[in-house]
Amino acid sequence: MNFPILSSLILFPILGALFIFFSKSKSNQNLTTKYLALFVSSANFILSIYLWYSFDPLISEFQFLEDRSWIKGFVNYKVGVDGISILFIVLTAFITPLCVISVNNTIKNRLKDFLVAILVMESLMIGVFCSLDLVVFYLFFEGGLIPMFLIIGIWGGERRVYSAFKFFLFTLLGSVLMLVAIISIYWMTGTTDVTYLYSIGIDPKYQNLLWLAFFSSFAVKTPMWPFHTWLPDAHVEAPTAGSVLLAAILLKMAGYGFIRFSVGLFPLASEYFVPLIYILSLVAIIYTSLVALMQEDMKKLIAYSSVAHMGFVTLGIFTFTQQGIEGSIFQMISHGLVSAALFLSVGVLYDRAHSRLIKDYGGMVSIMPKYAIVLMVFTLGAVGLPGTSGFVGEFLILMAAFKKNFLVATIASIGVILCAAYMLWLYKRVIFGVLLKTELKTLTDINKTEIFILTSLVLPIVVFGFYPEPILNTTEVSIRNFIEAYNININLMVNK
Amino acid sequence: MEIEYLVIFLPLFGSIISGFFGKLIGSRNSEIITSLFVSISAILSFFIFYKVLNENYTNNLSIFTWINSGALNASWSIYIDSLSSVMLVVVTLVSSLVHIYSIGYMSHDPHKQRFMSYLSLFTFSMLILVTSDNFLQLFFGWEGVGLCSYFLIGFWFKKESANAAAIKAFVVNRVGDFGFALGIFLIFYLFETVNYSEVFDLIPYSSDKNLFFLGFELNAINLICILLFIGAMGKSAQIFLHTWLPDAMEGPTPVSALIHAATMVTAGIFLVVRCSPIYEYSPFTLNLITLVGMATALFAASVALVQNDIKKIVAYSTCSQLGYMFFAAGVGAYNVAMFHLFTHAFFKALLFLGSGSVIHSFKDEQDISYMGGVWKKLPYTWILMIIGTLALTGFPFLSGFYSKDAIIEFAYLRGNSFGYFAAGIGIFTALLTSIYSWRLLFKTFHGSFNNQKIKIEGIHESSMVMIIPLIILAIGAIFSGFLFKDLFIGTDSSSEFWKSSILFLEPLSQDHPPLWFLLLTPFLVILAIPISYYLFVKNKKIVSYIINGNLPIYNFLKNKWYFDELYEFLFVNPSKKLGLYFWKKIDLRFIDRFGPDGVSSLIKSISLLAVKFQNGFIYRYAFVMLLGFSALLTFLIIK
Repeated sequence: MNFPILSSLILFPILGALFIFFSKSKSNQNLTTKYLALFVSSANFILSIYLWYSFDPLISEFQFLEDRSWIKGFVNYKVGVDGISILFIVLTAFITPLCVISVNNTIKNRLKDFLVAILVMESLMIGVFCSLDLVVFYLFFEGGLIPMFLIIGIWGGERRVYSAFKFFLFTLLGSVLMLVAIISIYWMTGTTDVTYLYSIGIDPKYQNLLWLAFFSSFAVKTPMWPFHTWLPDAHVEAPTAGSVLLAAILLKMAGYGFIRFSVGLFPLASEYFVPLIYILSLVAIIYTSLVALMQEDMKKLIAYSSVAHMGFVTLGIFTFTQQGIEGSIFQMISHGLVSAALFLSVGVLYDRAHSRLIKDYGGMVSIMPKYAIVLMVFTLGAVGLPGTSGFVGEFLILMAAFKKNFLVATIASIGVILCAAYMLWLYKRVIFGVLLKTELKTLTDINKTEIFILTSLVLPIVVFGFYPEPILNTTEVSIRNFIEAYNININLMVNK
Repeated sequence: MEIEYLVIFLPLFGSIISGFFGKLIGSRNSEIITSLFVSISAILSFFIFYKVLNENYTNNLSIFTWINSGALNASWSIYIDSLSSVMLVVVTLVSSLVHIYSIGYMSHDPHKQRFMSYLSLFTFSMLILVTSDNFLQLFFGWEGVGLCSYFLIGFWFKKESANAAAIKAFVVNRVGDFGFALGIFLIFYLFETVNYSEVFDLIPYSSDKNLFFLGFELNAINLICILLFIGAMGKSAQIFLHTWLPDAMEGPTPVSALIHAATMVTAGIFLVVRCSPIYEYSPFTLNLITLVGMATALFAASVALVQNDIKKIVAYSTCSQLGYMFFAAGVGAYNVAMFHLFTHAFFKALLFLGSGSVIHSFKDEQDISYMGGVWKKLPYTWILMIIGTLALTGFPFLSGFYSKDAIIEFAYLRGNSFGYFAAGIGIFTALLTSIYSWRLLFKTFHGSFNNQKIKIEGIHESSMVMIIPLIILAIGAIFSGFLFKDLFIGTDSSSEFWKSSILFLEPLSQDHPPLWFLLLTPFLVILAIPISYYLFVKNKKIVSYIINGNLPIYNFLKNKWYFDELYEFLFVNPSKKLGLYFWKKIDLRFIDRFGPDGVSSLIKSISLLAVKFQNGFIYRYAFVMLLGFSALLTFLIIK
């Protein structure tokens, strides 16, 4: 154990946030504050890339382990990464600086506090993805609620209070049960150490109940149908950067949680609840795609499409196959990039014309050709066209689902058709056609900052579409090992 | 450096240069660069074709790994054999001619660079499609050409109808791709691989494998074939999934010639022929393909009879000819299907580009009832269109004669009632083809001049940059059948040329049909010329008399068998209604009302009851925490 790289990744943004928070605030120093936040988050990104670089994808054990006694005999501060979690850390560290850059126009008041919230959020998210102790995980997981709640509640739109509370209620009610489950696990086994729990397994008698408790939390966060209604409201009211963080990273905590905890800790129960997950995933894919088709608000449309895309993720995870879980992780990374990009793109329009309604636009390509090009790439990424990152995950998931159940895969594939319909229709209504509205004619194309943000999202979407190996390689061994352990567990417990 | 790389990637470079640096280098340079690159690619393709022909050349280059997950392993690859070399020639040749033609056709368009970039990108995707060595890359190319088609149909983005047509094309194709993707999943499920050669090697050993699919017990090979065929139906606009093709004519005419006649729409045929090692083990699907091909050929020809939009007539004609190709593949004559694909590329591209020239001369008028009497004004176009029409209808010794009649003959030679029936439909459709083609030609060029908007003096022949590609295509339309018939469909073509690229479980029949049968089709086709002339030029009253006498049938054909209306009713409207219902009723009325809003109003009323003076959200936060804590306590007590 040399340099505590994971702890540094967690602590660095918080330290930055503290520094910003206690620095004297003057309105004309906004720019300095922003650069400081940008410096912190970029440095963290570079550190995360270094982490990925020094990560050995051929080892299935947790790496960069740090284990410190925190509350003696109860909780250890234990962090580490494997192929399943490392990419989420990189994703978080990648998205945050983009959010910081994007706040330029959106946030008018209390910029300093906003940046503090974003940085704190980053710390907590990274903490979620690398904590290997249930209590530590829970703290980070729930802690993430608070900055998000504030981001929506303070910097949101007109109905921000309603949305913030809806968000908070939904997610907290789910999480309470998870906390109960974590404590009961501690009583049953005397530990909350995830790796140790993996090795001893959890009594099959209690698995179903515990699984449901974890499920209630993750299903809300994913979100799965019918716990999804908070998401469109939260997105609509949240400022751009908030939506980006929410869609790109917050939702991924649940998908990650499903893999690491639901499947990892309760294999028997996971097997038992497969029909439930499949049905909810399919409903999410078809139902929300149809709902997305009819949306009038761009952000709501993308929010609903997120629910559909996350439906693929849950479907893939519960196939318990190499392609399924690799596909799910890939899909989460890809969706993190694509949804972030889409919300940023909507933000670009909103900053200029102050409307999120589709009918207020039309013919934008005439005045914003560059914008039209990048938005096309993101749209295609969302549609899952081969050659974009969206394709690889979706295809692997469907392929795996097909192995488990023909019907499920067939129905899920219909979602792919619907996705093409609503995304292209959205694009057509906003970008194509004749520019009729006079107030739109004065809008300017994306500026240098926006080009920088958006192209830095175009690049990974396209590169990973053609060459997904960096991601697939990183995850491969860990997932193979994970599935082997899962199958051994199932066999053991069935034989008992 | 293998020349294959140049063939494939030159169009991509052209596209990138024109797309990203078009403004920098100017429209003229963009046009020259893209046309030049594709032309070089075409010349090199001929070179490869020549090598395949004379040196038994095959090659399989692996560029780099694409997706590698568990057992799934697919690479970016270039695979050259007889089949792909033929496709290379067709694609790059037509594409280079269309590129050159576009320089003239799009000369007044402000977005030339973008247009050329799309054309080249399309060519690249199509080349990726035909040179794949696995199903995944095939799927990539498949979707890639669909995307370019979407871009090009909607090229005139200010036209509402063009945008709608573009989306329709993409979504209908996605329906086909849905079947295709399931087919790939099934292949992977059965064989744990998606590489052609490995799959094809395993097929003979699994011909009696059954599986349950959606409650039915089906033969696995049949199911694969049907699913892949659904994909092929979407791309090749076969009946039920054809609705996008006529609408796709909203795009610029060069696009219609390249994508919607010569190349992309033939991808479905290519898929079936490429998978002949699978289809040969599924007689059931082959019959289904024949049936669908037949139905499409007949349906599309019947609709083409009454349309007035010059491009739509040619589009339905394409649809019909694609039906013929499937028809051929279905009777096991894959090489004949490829032959018709090959000749069709020439004469159909010729007809489309010729129509484009007419439209160009008529200042964007597309309705043939507003044309007529201009053959002296457009001599080159007129002659070239006649050549195209003769070739299409199968006039003796032009290319269509060799390929289309061969299809009908092979159907006849099957020797069973199904084969005779198919041959009968084939002959009848050939007659219809001849009638609608000559109707188009006569109404466009002969009779009286019917246009009110422009004077006949204003009609001018198109520029040479548009005519020369047409002449090259006309040469192909005349000679390609005669020159290549032995190579493609000669008695030992399968061992001499196609080799392992097409599998024939049973060798094709070497017999010849009776003489009367051989003469029947050409006779009918030729007979149709004077009949059409009489009907559409000399005595138009008969036509209107027939129309008025059979108005229901006329309307049925005129409205394209009401497919669009039916789909609107069955799929589009219900989806929208369901979406609204789910959103307004279930999400808002039900889930929210009893979920979060219910809970929060409950909490609110409780909290109001309990403590009236506290109302800040910090309190609520604490309260919810309290709620959690008490839930925990309850749990403990119960436990």
